[in-house]
Amino acid sequence: MTSQLTTDTDTTPSEDAASATSLLRFATAGSVDDGKSTLVGRLLHDSKSVLADQLEAVEAASRRRGQDAPDLALLTDGLRAEREQGITIDVAYRYFATPRRRFILADTPGHVQYTRNMVTGASTAELAVVLVDARNGVVEQTRRHAAVAALLRVPHVVLAVNKMDLVDYAEDTFRRIADEFSGYAASLGVPEITAIPISALVGDNVVVPSTAMDWYTGPTLLEHLETVPVVGDPSTAPVRLPVQYVIRPQGAAGVPEELRDYRGYAGQLTSGVLRVGDTVRVLPSGATTTVAGIDLLGRSVDIAWAPQSVTVLLADELDISRGDLLATEATAPEPVKDVEATVCHLHERPLRAGDRVLLRHTTRTVRAIVKEIEHRLDIDTLERGPAPDGLGVNDIGRVRLRTAEPLALDDYATSRSTGSFLLVDPADGTTLTAGMAGEAFAGAAAERP
Amino acid sequence: MTTETTTPTTATGAATAAPAGVLDGENPYTLSHLDALESEAVHIFREVAGEFERPVLLFSGGKDSIVMLHLALKAFWPAPVPFALLHVDTGHNFPEVIAYRDRVVARHGLRLEVASVQEYIDSGRLRERPDGTRNPLQTVPLLDAIEKGRFDAVFGGGRRDEEKARAKERVFSLRDEFGAWDPRRQRPELWQLYNGRHAPGEHVRVFPLSNWTELDVWQYIEREHIELPEIYFAHEREVFQRNGMWLTAGDWGGPKDGETVERRVVRYRTVGDMSCTGAVASDATTVEAVIAEIAESRLTERGATRADDKLSEAAMEDRKREGYF
Repeated sequence: MTSQLTTDTDTTPSEDAASATSLLRFATAGSVDDGKSTLVGRLLHDSKSVLADQLEAVEAASRRRGQDAPDLALLTDGLRAEREQGITIDVAYRYFATPRRRFILADTPGHVQYTRNMVTGASTAELAVVLVDARNGVVEQTRRHAAVAALLRVPHVVLAVNKMDLVDYAEDTFRRIADEFSGYAASLGVPEITAIPISALVGDNVVVPSTAMDWYTGPTLLEHLETVPVVGDPSTAPVRLPVQYVIRPQGAAGVPEELRDYRGYAGQLTSGVLRVGDTVRVLPSGATTTVAGIDLLGRSVDIAWAPQSVTVLLADELDISRGDLLATEATAPEPVKDVEATVCHLHERPLRAGDRVLLRHTTRTVRAIVKEIEHRLDIDTLERGPAPDGLGVNDIGRVRLRTAEPLALDDYATSRSTGSFLLVDPADGTTLTAGMAGEAFAGAAAERP
Repeated sequence: MTTETTTPTTATGAATAAPAGVLDGENPYTLSHLDALESEAVHIFREVAGEFERPVLLFSGGKDSIVMLHLALKAFWPAPVPFALLHVDTGHNFPEVIAYRDRVVARHGLRLEVASVQEYIDSGRLRERPDGTRNPLQTVPLLDAIEKGRFDAVFGGGRRDEEKARAKERVFSLRDEFGAWDPRRQRPELWQLYNGRHAPGEHVRVFPLSNWTELDVWQYIEREHIELPEIYFAHEREVFQRNGMWLTAGDWGGPKDGETVERRVVRYRTVGDMSCTGAVASDATTVEAVIAEIAESRLTERGATRADDKLSEAAMEDRKREGYF
């Protein structure tokens, strides 16, 4: 007996559209002192995502520590070591919802030694919230956060100017900080910047509009999160479908006769819109064929788009397996064995020229050699310096790699999915480094010497 | 699972050209949050099937594992699910859940392996705890079953919204030969590049529902018309009160002296060991009513119904370090 799913046409998802909401993945950045935990606690609390038993637990824990008021930071510090040390040591994921949208928040620690955590959180984020203290304005750390958001090509950046209550809610203070930040972020190529004056402690402009800042007419932070466009138009992007798995029911017990010849290529569309009848190129082999059918998780469709997980049937019998990439014919990337990329090194073990590593790109893993570490980037000043000892943990730098097999790699600027990769230690499987192919920044910073 | 016997064909029944499942608004290609979560979970299932030799899916008969199985069926359709189910049986099961489990296994032609806590207790390899709770006792049979089956990837239904230690858990969570989780030695997880490399003897716990919330799970159950064991819906049963929770009377050792059994209309929010899974007063008899109830609830799922999580502030973290889910 084989597994069969309902194809009941009464249950097409469009029926649920009225009650459905979209999903926004976003990340926060900012040091403890900027009030990030308070802001996250405030967002969760004021959007009524903290339930009574969680709040009770936080209140009890706060009392045990001798604090009068519940410390909302305890909502987000999940691990024993974090509670003991009062710091956040790792990315945590938080979930909350409003009637308009669901949110996945990558709550990333802001300390300099945790650059890798912000990089991790930003890698899947469609929006980053950079927090500054209104009393201090744009500081080194703010520039670092802006640079990481720019490097990871996060489409939307929000500057939350916090602690406005401590600067008398002064408009000119906010304007000065917003202008300085916007100028800097724009020079890095950040496409969209929204500045919002808030007080996380008091609750101004987080969920509820502030009565103390009538000069501010923009949205509250939550309102902005609810309305910012989640995705671009995939119909303008090239089709990219990394093949994950080949689905062949033949041979399984009880498979019906009509599925004897079924051979489907399963994968998640990372960009573009795919239609039955489209011509696609198979990479790295370069063969072309036509899309004969698309199965969308148990039902047949004639159109699919990113980020849907699909199974594609092709007109020709080709040798295609996990690790191959289906791409729009005209825009297919030329497979390469020499890769230039900006990387963030994630592990205590340094990355050095001459290292033999595994390179994980989409569903493909190939052997690679680090040919050269071109420079180390100072993320605060954006200055490029030598890296004689290689790249250490949390270092960002420029590397040249040579792979054993050709890779269908896009520029990271074109695609965050097919332009990104990991370097893995072949000895023990440790994830060493995160890489982004092509130019690091889109803005003027890209031209700096 | 609601599964019709009709076989979808690839040549007929194609959807219209206009994208289905879109939200209101200018961009016709926006996915609903359920479609996005479904697509991501399917991606995770396929990654594991593509990268690992011997995956297995932990199946308790609870709603999360039921949703996982539904997603796995979709991910590999029209081929059968390419891995077996593993049930770590505490011996204190709700009979309705076991009946459901066996029905599903038969309907989809799945392979089921059972690791029995009762057998371990009977043979002296495990000792019953004084409080009678068997949830923490699952770890040893689970790890033995993983070793015996040489499973290198183990799907679990854990969600990051359940508990604050789980909020830090990776989608691919490497476990050492003792099954232990070390939060300080987790691999960073970037983009959708999941690293499943592991040494012989190690395995990876995989959580396809990491980004789902309790409400998402229920909305998905509603949308997909997924059948659940009856205990998730309001029904009259014999219960008694202990530590503020309504527990089901049964052979496992409840009620004790001084605890009185009453007939009450209740339902369950989670399915676990009978000794520590509390019922909630409810008259919700449909999925719709359950969703309305959860949306209004001021208590988390575990806060309402799990005694074992209340043992200490780090109860879950500590059990995960020992190899528990």
